Amino acid sequence: MTEAKVNNAPMVEFIVDGKKCSAPRESSLLDFLLANGYDIPYLCHNPAVKPYGACRLCLVEVKNGRKTKLTTSCNYPILEGIEVFTNTEKVRRNRKMVMELLLARAPESKELRQMAKDRFGIDADKLPFEKNNGNKCILCGLCVRVCRELVGIEALSFAGRGEHKEAISPFHDVASTCIGCGACAVACPTNCIGLDQVITKRSLARWNRELPMKTCKRCGYAYAPMFQLEHFQNISSVPADFFDLCPDCRK
Amino acid sequence: MASYDTAKIDAILAKNEYAEANLLAILQDIQAAEGYLPRPALEHVAKSLGISIARIYSMATFYKAFSLKPRGKHICTVCMGTACHVRGAGRILDKIEENLKIKAGETTKDLLFTVERVNCVGACAMGPVVIMDGETIGNATANKINKVINDIKADSKKS
Repeated sequence: MTEAKVNNAPMVEFIVDGKKCSAPRESSLLDFLLANGYDIPYLCHNPAVKPYGACRLCLVEVKNGRKTKLTTSCNYPILEGIEVFTNTEKVRRNRKMVMELLLARAPESKELRQMAKDRFGIDADKLPFEKNNGNKCILCGLCVRVCRELVGIEALSFAGRGEHKEAISPFHDVASTCIGCGACAVACPTNCIGLDQVITKRSLARWNRELPMKTCKRCGYAYAPMFQLEHFQNISSVPADFFDLCPDCRK
Repeated sequence: MASYDTAKIDAILAKNEYAEANLLAILQDIQAAEGYLPRPALEHVAKSLGISIARIYSMATFYKAFSLKPRGKHICTVCMGTACHVRGAGRILDKIEENLKIKAGETTKDLLFTVERVNCVGACAMGPVVIMDGETIGNATANKINKVINDIKADSKKS
C-alpha cells in the first residue's frame, strides 16, 4: 500500500475494543493502533518500509462479517465495519506463545529477553530449550527490507529456506556492495548486525564488511563511510567537493 | 573471475532476453549447462541484468534444484521418506556414505558422485528406493546399490 493511495483513500468506520474509530481505507491497522495509544507489541514493523508480518507479535482478533480471526495487525488493511479486539485472552495467550518461539530461535538476544520479561513475564532462562545457540536473529527481515526499499542497494538478502533461512551477505562473504550506512543496524530489533566504529574504520560484522570513513577537511571528524558518500554523490547532483566537509562544518 | 568463460552465460542471457523476470529460467539454464551455479557466473548475471547479487543468491539458495557447489557426474538420490525409512533406507545411506567416503549432500573429490537424500519420491510401494542418475531402483539393498556404484567406478577407470 503506497502512501499516496492511502492519502486518497476514503475514510472508513470500524470498531476497536468497543470504541468507534475512523481511518483511511486499507491503511495499516497496526499503524492506526500505535498512533492512537494502543499498546501493541511488535518487532518486525517499521513505518519506513512495507509491512511484512514476520514477527507475529502484533496479533489481534478481527471480526469481519460473521468470522472472527486471529491476525497480524501490521499487514491487515483497515476495512469498513470490522471489529478489532486488541487484548482478549486468546490474543494474549498467542502473543505469549509467539514470544516464546522467538526466544527459542534467538535466545542470545538481550533485547528479546528484556521484552519477554517486561511485557510477558517470561523468564527466558526457565524455558526448556538450548540457551546458547549463537543466534540473535529472529528473521524479521528489517535489515534486508531497509537495504532494499530505503537505501536502494540490496547488499544483503535472505538465503536458504525453512530451518536454514538466514539474513546474510551473498555467499556468506563480504557484502561488497554495502555502503556502510548502518541503516540495517538501526532497524534491527535484536541488535545482531554488529555495527562498530574505531576512529576511521567502520565495520558491520554480520556482513563481513569493513569500510574506511571520510574525515572532514576542516574539523577532522570521521563523519561518514566513503562508499556511502560516493553513493550519495552518484544519486544526487551535488558538487564534487560537497562531501569534503562534515554536515556541521558545511553550515 | 576474469578467467571465467562468460560466452556461455551470455548465450543463456540472450535466450532469456536479458529480463529480470526470467531470472529463475536463467538460473535453471546455468544449472543445466554447468551442473551447478558457479559464483562467477552468478556475478556475471547480476552485472548483466543490473540486479543485486544478493537477490540472485537468495533465489539460488531457496530452490533445492540449484546447487552452488559442483555436483558429481552421477547423482545418487536416497529416499528417506517414511515408508523407505522404516524399511531401512538409513542403513542403505550409511553404507553408500561409507563406500564413497562422503556424507549426504556432498560430492566425491573426483566429481564422480553426488549423494543426496530426499523425503519421498512417491514410489513408496517399492521402497526402499534409490534413484541413480534418474533411474529408480526399487527394493534397494545396500549391496545392490553399492554394486551399481562400484560398476560405475570401474567403468570410469577403464575409460
